Amino acid sequence: MNFFLQLTRNRKATFGLALLGAFVFVSLLGPLFVREPAAFLAEPLQPPSLEYLLGTTRQGQDVFAQTICGARMSLTIGFLVGLIVVMIGATVGIAAGFLGGWVDDLLSLLTNVFLIIPGLPLAVVLAAYLEASPTSIAFVLILTGWAWNARVIRAQTLSIAQKDFISAAITSGESRLRIMFFEILPNMTSLVVSGFIGAVVYAIGAQVGLEFLGMGDVSEVTWGTNLFWASNNQALLTESWWTIVPTGVCVALVGFALVMINFAIDEMTNPKLRSEADFRKFALAAGVNPGFSTPVIRSEEAPSSEESSTPASPSPQSAGSR
Amino acid sequence: MKFLIRRLGFYLLAAWVSLTLNFFIPRLAPGDPASALQATFQGKLDPAALEAMKVAFGLTDAPLYEQYLTYAWNLLHGDLGISIAHFPAPVTEVIGEALGWTLFLAGISVVISFVLGTFLGIVSAWRRGGILDSIAPASFIFLGAFPYFWLAMLLLFVFGFLGGWFPLRHAHSDQLEIEFSLTFALDALTHAFLPALSIVLASLGGWLLSMRNTMIGILSEEYVTMAQAKGLSNLRVMLNYAARNALLPNITGFGMALGFVLSGSLLTEIVFSYPGQGYLLYEAVKSMDYPLMQGLFLAITVAVLAANWCVDVAYVFLDPRTRR
Repeated sequence: MNFFLQLTRNRKATFGLALLGAFVFVSLLGPLFVREPAAFLAEPLQPPSLEYLLGTTRQGQDVFAQTICGARMSLTIGFLVGLIVVMIGATVGIAAGFLGGWVDDLLSLLTNVFLIIPGLPLAVVLAAYLEASPTSIAFVLILTGWAWNARVIRAQTLSIAQKDFISAAITSGESRLRIMFFEILPNMTSLVVSGFIGAVVYAIGAQVGLEFLGMGDVSEVTWGTNLFWASNNQALLTESWWTIVPTGVCVALVGFALVMINFAIDEMTNPKLRSEADFRKFALAAGVNPGFSTPVIRSEEAPSSEESSTPASPSPQSAGSR
Repeated sequence: MKFLIRRLGFYLLAAWVSLTLNFFIPRLAPGDPASALQATFQGKLDPAALEAMKVAFGLTDAPLYEQYLTYAWNLLHGDLGISIAHFPAPVTEVIGEALGWTLFLAGISVVISFVLGTFLGIVSAWRRGGILDSIAPASFIFLGAFPYFWLAMLLLFVFGFLGGWFPLRHAHSDQLEIEFSLTFALDALTHAFLPALSIVLASLGGWLLSMRNTMIGILSEEYVTMAQAKGLSNLRVMLNYAARNALLPNITGFGMALGFVLSGSLLTEIVFSYPGQGYLLYEAVKSMDYPLMQGLFLAITVAVLAANWCVDVAYVFLDPRTRR
């Protein structure tokens, strides 16, 4: 719980959470207050006006309504996929890291293979054979997206598994499943949360990309299909920029909000980034220009370096968010 | 050497997994694939083409393992079947024509974005809290949050349609033949400029940030302090002591992110009708050209695996520990 409390005190995290919250709120309640998004209401390709805030599409649909209603499906799939991806990643990663032996060999190999196979072409081939629906898209995204989390979580499990309290749990005869999910898992909340956020970013982006390709259900109103129709209706040729700009900006804002939360987590858990921020504050307050090399601040209340150990891989959170 | 051979083994395994996936995906789809094909293309294709397609898929009545062996045998001979959209051209031929353009576009943009992003990351870690550090990471991360193809659409709209400064589509002017000449090279570069720019803008933030964060970690190492204490020039400490070591984990990350950036560049190609793998993929999806789709999946996977192996070779050069 301490971790989540800390999160709300970080400036970047507050910004990200607020922005994300706004989008979730609008996607939940917004559709009640706008026009029917799929209906052909007005003269096609009107530029933004007071009546149609973001103009109309080539079919005479209200772009504002489409943007708001598209958020619902896109965010739902994004969060759902993110959740399942991180659950699979955590299970595979912890099992590989804790059980070791042939289980580790097999799972690591599988993880690495899925990491290296390019996601989009595989997703396209898969989606082409499945019925075009949000469920198929979600399935495809899960299959192509779970590996990164498994890898990162395995690395962290390896370091936690060597701690004394794990040996104690083994000696006292706790079952392996219990150790995996009640001893190891709670000790990497931040990693799991940031893995979840990275997976949501991936899921929203890849979903928009697949639907833009026309792999989704094109009768459904989502951010991806909005862009699919805009591109199919020659939005650029007809210079109707208002059919592509709002959706893209929304996708980017949601992505940016999520990445900001991940930065905050990175800052909180990476001792070097943290001591850096503390030192700068301290130096600037004392009127000293902080130098070039990173200082290491020893504080009395955090005596051991073990508590804040992070995996040796380079900032997995930021890399994962790509 | 042992390291490179082990990696090569891994890539071969990954290639085998993807071609096996490629074999099973059509067969796991609901319904019987042979009759599904029949139903989809009835009336759209002449019977000869349909028959050719079934053979290419190995969709015969033979037992599964026999189908698999036929499929593997065909693959070994470079036979990926016949494209439906480009009937009767074989898939390998269609892909071969487009491969060069993708390698050219994705290749230059990935390298530019990695080099530029890494350099900006080095500088912003070195001058933490400076002007660059307070502007660059945040703004590039924001740009990176946009879908690649959306940035491409925006650039195309502003600089292509409104400004009229750059060509709107294709990889070279229609009236030019593909040849080795200055005119053609310049023409191809102007056509590649906007697509490459959108890929660079969208992917730069990731490299910048991971380099910056690794660099900050390295800067607190004692050998960096030592180098500064010795009175070495700042530039030398920054590049030869800190950046060189911070680069190693980033190179590994580079290999793993390649597939992701390539996926993005495929979508970018569609926006510019750039005649590479991505545009083919789009055409294949639109015309339900399953053999082409699957061939593209294999070709792109093999390209990514090969690129990763090149990254491994580069790693061996940079990290003496792997040379043992």
